[in-house]
Amino acid sequence: MSQVRIDECIPTGELLTSGHLACPGCAAPLAMRLALKALGPNTIVVMPACCFTIIAGPWPQSSLQVPVYHAGFATGPAVASGVRAALDLQGKHDTTVMVWVGDGGTFDIGLQSLSGAAERNENILYVCYDNEAYMNTGIQRSSATPWGAWTTTTPAQFPESTNKKDILGIMAAHGIPYAATATVGYPVDLIEKFTRAKGMRGTRFLHLLSPCPPGWKCGDDEGIELARMAVQNRVFPMLEIEEGERWRLTMDHAGDPVEPYLRRQGRFRHLNAEQVAHIQTGIDRRWVALQRRVAMSGEHALSAVPSAVPSAAPSAAPSSAPQPAGV
Amino acid sequence: MKKVMVGNHAVAWGVRLARVEVISAYPITPQTQVVEKLSEMCADGTLAARFIKVESEHSAMAAVIGASATGVRAFTASSSHGLLYMHEMLHWAAGGRHPIVMADVNRAIGPGWNIWTDQNDSLSQRDTGWVQLYCETNQEVVDTTVMAFKLAESLSVPVMLMLDGFYLSHTAEPVDIPDQELVDRFLPKRDAPHKLDVDQPHAFGALVRPDSYMEMRWLQQEALQKVPETLAAIEQDWQRMFGRSYGAVEAYRAEGADLLLVTSGTITSTARTVVDARRAAGEAVGLLKVKMFRPFPTALLRDALRRLGRVSRVAVLDRNISPGHGGIFAEELRAALYDLGDGERPEIFGFVLGLGGRDVTPAVIGEAIAQARAGTVPSREDLWVGVNP
Repeated sequence: MSQVRIDECIPTGELLTSGHLACPGCAAPLAMRLALKALGPNTIVVMPACCFTIIAGPWPQSSLQVPVYHAGFATGPAVASGVRAALDLQGKHDTTVMVWVGDGGTFDIGLQSLSGAAERNENILYVCYDNEAYMNTGIQRSSATPWGAWTTTTPAQFPESTNKKDILGIMAAHGIPYAATATVGYPVDLIEKFTRAKGMRGTRFLHLLSPCPPGWKCGDDEGIELARMAVQNRVFPMLEIEEGERWRLTMDHAGDPVEPYLRRQGRFRHLNAEQVAHIQTGIDRRWVALQRRVAMSGEHALSAVPSAVPSAAPSAAPSSAPQPAGV
Repeated sequence: MKKVMVGNHAVAWGVRLARVEVISAYPITPQTQVVEKLSEMCADGTLAARFIKVESEHSAMAAVIGASATGVRAFTASSSHGLLYMHEMLHWAAGGRHPIVMADVNRAIGPGWNIWTDQNDSLSQRDTGWVQLYCETNQEVVDTTVMAFKLAESLSVPVMLMLDGFYLSHTAEPVDIPDQELVDRFLPKRDAPHKLDVDQPHAFGALVRPDSYMEMRWLQQEALQKVPETLAAIEQDWQRMFGRSYGAVEAYRAEGADLLLVTSGTITSTARTVVDARRAAGEAVGLLKVKMFRPFPTALLRDALRRLGRVSRVAVLDRNISPGHGGIFAEELRAALYDLGDGERPEIFGFVLGLGGRDVTPAVIGEAIAQARAGTVPSREDLWVGVNP
């Protein structure tokens, strides 16, 4: 990446106040802070049940300096559709309606509502801050929880046994104008993506990886570094997809091995070498598939940096995959 | 202007007259004609509303909540399983104090699948904080739809109006369409005191701790307690402007009656003919139509019975059942009259009938009257009429 001066790239105005109720080291308020810097005060936030329901603060306080509608768990996109329709009737076409919700509200209980809104191409910005489990209720697995991870409902003897749902692929398949990944590990990139999304119409989907120290069992000061590692080791590639067809990587990904990333997090502490290798194989396989999608769309020259582990062609033989302990 | 129309189109006309701004709905038999007619009206420009065609009833209610929270007039319609699927959001609409109006076409609940009428769909929503108004005719449906918005917006409470599946939803009757200019005077554009507005940012529905939650529920209860007097005032205006009114409770040929039928919905129309026939034969039978079920019109019913004086027996016709308990109107009426003095409180006989669209004919009502007169039914155990176990 070229050198950038952060203070020239990130607006100085603040729409998230101090005094919010996030856990120490939580990435979500930082993501919200950056998002609102990009979107500005002409924004209405629809917030279904998620960690941010608490973080935003109890009545009569609010740490967000924009209007917030706290919505039912499964209803973010539907409520936002109603808000959008009402704003349009009032001629307020420029107001951004942003749904802000976690992975449970996106990958699981809210998926039907999200798919409905995306199919209708509602003019809303949907943001999923993904901490990879139901953290607000005390770290239960969601369909965003990665294979092999410990949670309170996937104990170490029988950790998460299915792969994380490909939410970005699902959203891209709706053919929406814009779907992208971002993370607080790369704040300038995140701001740019929110700014791009703000300038577009129709359903825009942003998937943010959001490190959670209590849930990931890492230090309060490790979230940013873990987010960067997840990008560089291709666990969470940075990309943009327009109209479901034009796929583009938005930065180089070094292809670092995944093991150091796993070893830094207590939720993966139980994994043996074979299981770590299985995770690496999955990452490499998905990276190959992603490169194909990017190449097919012809929008972007592929990164020349090779993967740390030789990539295997996608295999249809999962029987060789090691099973989580306890199976 | 008089038009012949089915009940579902009467709903759509009421919505059009109320100049609803956002509609969101999902199709379900027998409500579909409401959705179809409104789609036509939005398409041909006779109704300048946004119609959000969502993927479920849960989302339909969520979408109108979002629209209502942003300050516009919003409407949805559903039935049966669709209404049940909305249940969580019904609480949200009421707790959020959103003045949404919904039409529910009363339909039975499966399994077994049944598309015909009974009231178990709406009555199982009785504790959600919605006002519930049961209609008898298509004219009443049009008028009630418009008045429902006035009531909802006056008190920031959502209002549900009910019409019986097929018996009303698909039955054509002549309807006098109120003049739009007069309706506009009766129901001006919504002026929301609180709404999502970037110029005045507020958070709606945030976490509320035990030290404030009860106060919020009390304010909701206080608003619902004002419904009877507010509805009466609204109906008075409607009467003055359009020459019709209905009442939360209507007494029909009840003067001097020693036995009263208590009904709701279209059973009322059949019961009126039964009362007429009995009166013609010299029998002192009358009728109380309960239009408003929530808030339950306790004071109105007690006053009516006190005023009528001579009533010794009441036969409640319930097209619904609280399984393991009894007919729901009968149970609520018993509770409402429990502490009346011994001379004032009539014997209440409950009758469960007409479930899943079974006909409630004059003969069925006649059987209920006979049982109530004979007094052979223990008053705490409702009788199922016309059942062959």
